[in-house]
Formats: sequence, C-alpha cells, structure tokens
Amino acid sequence: MKETLINLNSKGDYKMIKIIKNFARRLFSGFFKKRGEIKLGFYGSPNAGKTSLANRICQDWLGEDLGSVSRMPHETRKIQIKEDVILEKDGKKIEFKLIDTPGIATKIDFEDFMKFGLKRKEAQTRAKEATQGIIESIKWLDDMDAVIILIDSTLNPYSQVNITIIGNLVARKIPVLIVANKIDLKKSNVKKVQGAFPEYDVVGISAKNGDNIEEFYEGLFKLVKKI
Amino acid sequence: MAAKKKSVRKSKKVGKKDLTIHFMPYSEIAKKNTIERIKKIMGLILDKKIIILQGKLKPDEEVRLIENSMTLIGNIKDFQGIEIAAISGESENVNLFHKIRHNIAKILIGEQDAITIIGPASIVKEITQDPKKIELMLQRK
Ligand SMILES: Nc1nc2c(ncn2[C@@H]2O[C@H](COP(=O)(O)OP(=O)(O)OP(=O)(O)O)[C@@H](O)[C@H]2O)c(=O)[nH]1
Ligand SMILES: [Mg+2]
Repeated sequence: MKETLINLNSKGDYKMIKIIKNFARRLFSGFFKKRGEIKLGFYGSPNAGKTSLANRICQDWLGEDLGSVSRMPHETRKIQIKEDVILEKDGKKIEFKLIDTPGIATKIDFEDFMKFGLKRKEAQTRAKEATQGIIESIKWLDDMDAVIILIDSTLNPYSQVNITIIGNLVARKIPVLIVANKIDLKKSNVKKVQGAFPEYDVVGISAKNGDNIEEFYEGLFKLVKKI
Repeated sequence: MAAKKKSVRKSKKVGKKDLTIHFMPYSEIAKKNTIERIKKIMGLILDKKIIILQGKLKPDEEVRLIENSMTLIGNIKDFQGIEIAAISGESENVNLFHKIRHNIAKILIGEQDAITIIGPASIVKEITQDPKKIELMLQRK
C-alpha cells in the first residue's frame, strides 16, 4: 500500500521534471540554433531486429557494436544508448544519439524462456527484467526526436504492439520510418507490411546481412527532414 | 496431451468462471477518464474475463494498459499479461484473435465501426488452441 503511494508520487515528480525539461529545451533551442544530436529510437516487438540494425549502423560509422543480439526474445532489457554517431551524406553531417529499446510486448510467460534452455529461476529473472524493460521503453517514447519501427517481415504485421507504438508516436508528432526486416528469409513479405501501414514509408532490409541498407539510409535522411 | 482426455469436463467450465465474455458498450467507459478506464478494464481482466469493447481505446490508454500489465506480471499469480486487438472495418487485424473475429463480427457488425478485444493472455492462449471454446462462449450469450 505504502509502496503504491511512493510510486505515484515519484511518477508525478517525474512528469513535472519532464515538463520543465521540455520547456527549457524549447527555450534554449531557440537561442542556440545549432542543431544538437538527433535522438533516434529503435522500437518494435521482441526479436524484430532492433539491436541488429542499431549494431549495423554503429559498425558502419563507428566500427563497434551497440548491444547484444539473441534468438531468445527480450535480449535487450535496458535502454542502450550510443552517442556521437555521426552520419554523412552529400557532405552533410548529422549527429545521432541512437537509442535501442527493449522489445515491447503485452504478455510475458517465463516458461517460454525455458524452451531456450534457461533454468526456471533464470527464466523468471529474465521475465521480470523484461517487464521492467517494456515499461522503460514506453517511458522513453516521449523523449525521441524520430523513431525507426522494426517489424519482422516474416510475421503478421497487424500486431497490436506495432499499431499501439505507431499510434502513440503519431499522437506525439514524432516522425516514424518503418523497417520491414529479415528480407533474406523466404517467408519475408515486405508488401504485406506496406499494406498494413499505407500512410508510412516502409523500407525492406536485412539487418543481419545488410541487404538494401543503402535504401535504409536514404529513408533515414528523409526521416530526419521531418523532425 | 492431458487436455485431450479432459476436454469434456473442461468445456463444461466454459462460461462458468474461467471463460466469460464481458460485452462493454462504449457508454460504459465513455464518461470515464483514462485512469478509471484502465482500472475498470484491468479489474475485469484479473477476473479472467474477455472484454469486447465497442469502439477503441486511445493510443495512450493502450500503453497504460501494457504498463499496468507489466507491473502485475510476477506479482499476481499466473498472470502473464494481456492480449489486445483493435479490429475495425478497414484494418484486417489477423493476429491471435482472427479466429474469434469471424464469430464476433456476426454478432456485432452494424453501426459500430470498431471493436477492441482485450483478455488475459493465458486465457486467450487457451482459446486459440481450441477455437470451439469461443463458439461455446458465444452461445451462452
Ligand atoms: N534472418 C535474419 N535474422 C535476423 C535479421 N535481423 C535480426 N535477425 C535475428 O533475429 C534475432 C533477434 O534479433 P535482435 O536484433 O536481438 O532483435 P531485437 O529486436 O533487438 O530483440 P529484443 O532485444 O529482444 O527486443 C536474432 O537471432 C538475430 O540474429 C535479419 O535481417 N535476418
Ligand atoms: Mg534488442
């Protein structure tokens, strides 16, 4: 009971701080016209390939990885950030802060992790961390300048999580680029992803082998212009 | 495996306590604010009800629902989260609920252009594994 109260309060404080932060940001961005880093979020369901794509970008421009990738869902359970990622196109430099987020799901069953060989306790811990990760991902939605939505193009794109995330970004006026990932797989269907989100730019790639990555960068630069 | 043998007994339970559908006309939440809506919905879900809401939740309410569910997983026994699907005329939402949709559409189609189905994940899993259960539930209505 007590704990709930504290939680509510800290949530209220958090919100207040955020309002002040946003206000200050707006005020100062007017003074210092130099455009700072673009906070680019990677969002999507677990296993869609968010970290794989973020790693590819980091490898391409920094020569290092951002986070760990795994077949087991909910591999990323804490926000991972890489700052000072500078991309160059036609002599123009754009500075990014890449923010890889834990995959968002509406349900988690720890027994699913046991199928990947985790012991009961380990699986329960992973599930606990995954739930906290999802809450963190949602909290960060407010802080993004632009977002890449990763969708596994071998799966049904009409998943509620994708629709919910995009709906929230639209409500916050944060520009979105949809990446239909895993085009290297036979079952991939980029057209279906396009059909599910007709109002958005959709780029089909393989984050794993880099197929079509140039088109992704084109899309990314186009996205930045919408901020 | 064991489920097969027990199927007769199990289906008897349908509609009794484990599996019930709560039809929620939009008017039931229309005057409620976000927090009250979430409370109402989560209450029903923890009561193992599947909610069929006429209309849609706001995107912000959907993430609140997810946040809430995440907080409860691990703290409430056997709770594994929720399934949610908003189904409207234009979007062909064929996820886990696509089997339910057909049946519900028959009942609800008409003036309402969208319905949202929300249920406890564990129970929805049970249903999708045995679609007959939906028919049984709907017959009871
Ligand atoms: N075939 C194929 N596999 C991919 C591709 N991209 C990612 N994967 C695989 O998909 C799995 C999940 O990739 P991640 O990058 O960890 O996915 P994520 O979205 O970060 O997942 P979470 O951190 O759990 O939310 C891994 O096994 C990857 O190797 C791709 O383009 N093609
Ligand atoms: Mg990841």
